[in-house]
Amino acid sequence: MTLLVDAFTILAVLAGLVFFIAGTTGLLRFPDTASRLHALTKADHLGLGLIVLGLLPRAAGIDGALRLLAIWGLVLLSSAAVGPMIARLARLRRPGE
Amino acid sequence: MIADLLLVAAMLIVALASMLARQAFTAVALFIAYGLLLTLAWVRLAAVDVAMTEAAIGAGLSGVLLLGAVRRLATQASPPPEQPPGPAMTLLIALGCAALAAALGAVVLLLPNPAPSLAAPVAANLPATDLGNPVTGVLMSFRALDTLLESAVVLLAVVCVWALTPEGGWGGVPGAAQPVQRDGPLALLARALPPLGIVIAMHILWVGADAPGGKFQAAAILAAMWLLPWMAGLVTPPPIAARWLRWTIAIGPVVFIAIGLAGAVIEGAFLAYPPGWAKPLILIIEFILTASIAVALALLVIGTPDTAQRR
Amino acid sequence: MTSATLFGLAGAALVGIGLFGMLVRTDPLLRILCFNLLGGGVFLVFGAVARRGAGAGFGGDPVPQAIILTGLVVAFAATALAVALVLRLASAEDKR
Repeated sequence: MTLLVDAFTILAVLAGLVFFIAGTTGLLRFPDTASRLHALTKADHLGLGLIVLGLLPRAAGIDGALRLLAIWGLVLLSSAAVGPMIARLARLRRPGE
Repeated sequence: MIADLLLVAAMLIVALASMLARQAFTAVALFIAYGLLLTLAWVRLAAVDVAMTEAAIGAGLSGVLLLGAVRRLATQASPPPEQPPGPAMTLLIALGCAALAAALGAVVLLLPNPAPSLAAPVAANLPATDLGNPVTGVLMSFRALDTLLESAVVLLAVVCVWALTPEGGWGGVPGAAQPVQRDGPLALLARALPPLGIVIAMHILWVGADAPGGKFQAAAILAAMWLLPWMAGLVTPPPIAARWLRWTIAIGPVVFIAIGLAGAVIEGAFLAYPPGWAKPLILIIEFILTASIAVALALLVIGTPDTAQRR
Repeated sequence: MTSATLFGLAGAALVGIGLFGMLVRTDPLLRILCFNLLGGGVFLVFGAVARRGAGAGFGGDPVPQAIILTGLVVAFAATALAVALVLRLASAEDKR
């Protein structure tokens, strides 16, 4: 049983890491701000979500699990607010991007 | 060990990049990233309280402070920049700094083995305070004088920042006027996050007695929850002449000193707690000090009154 | 080499980097930033000392950790005052 749980954790964290690598590659390789933001928010939401999912079985009781989910929720909220702000600023600075 | 090596390498690279950056904005952005890497380093060094404080105050509030200053300076005429030192002088300075770093590194490598430690005396005396977190015990009981002086330093910094008010501005609203965002993502964040942030701050304050946490981290989160609506233009700070504002900042150190003097009278030593009264007194000091320091930290980031806006 | 020693050496390197930046950069805000780098390095050295003093069931010696915490807050207060001074000087230049 613990082997199954450990395998689930490793797989989920690895999948989350794949999204983080994809997000970082997008940040470095995409041509303009909007597409870079797109890549970063994918890393934030999906990557962190998968890592949190993978760590849930190892959390200290229902308390720790709720805290992990709350952390993911707060990151979602802040990146949902910051993404459009950066995009709007980029559009003001370079109209037509 | 590999993780530690990677972390140290990343931290040094980001710090170097921040120091060498051409533009101030880039330097501050890299500084915030360095602060987060330093937070991870603190966790690796088993200092979780320090990690939380570094994330909240070292990376968070300092980063906001510097970013705001970069923005304000960009819109003003800059004073004539001084000349950077020439190549020979720069090389000399680099050699001197490298020598200092090498000397400090030698000190680190030559630290005595076995390492002297105060962990055993702290563990022996911690049950007398009814606390579970040794760092909180040290901060609030064994070295309470340091914490008292630290809160006095924060208060003094606020007074000094206010003392920089330009002519005729004394008593006005601190900080530059922020453009009002009625709706949009910043307004959403400024309305949705503060209630959550206040609950989280209270939790961290309460849990700091037995687990990593405490009043400085909670005060930094509370300050950030006030700064967010301020940056969205939804809240204007009170004028610095407001009596209640001054009392809120002062009440923390005042209560702390009063309890210290009471301890001197009752127990014979400044800041000594009567047996059995340690935890209640510590909790009272912590709660009042959190409010004081939160307001003081927020006012430090908001800054000096700008123009003569009298109410 | 233990991880504590590694982080102590990193702190020493940060002290060198921060001091160099403070002396060589001309922009006052960047100098304040390098002052913070210098402070972070000093705290890391102290943190290595704290980690080496682990014992009695704690992961690190609590007394240096508490002192580092105090130092972080005081460094922030100093940074805030320095930034306020820089802004005030700049606005005084502006009105000249």
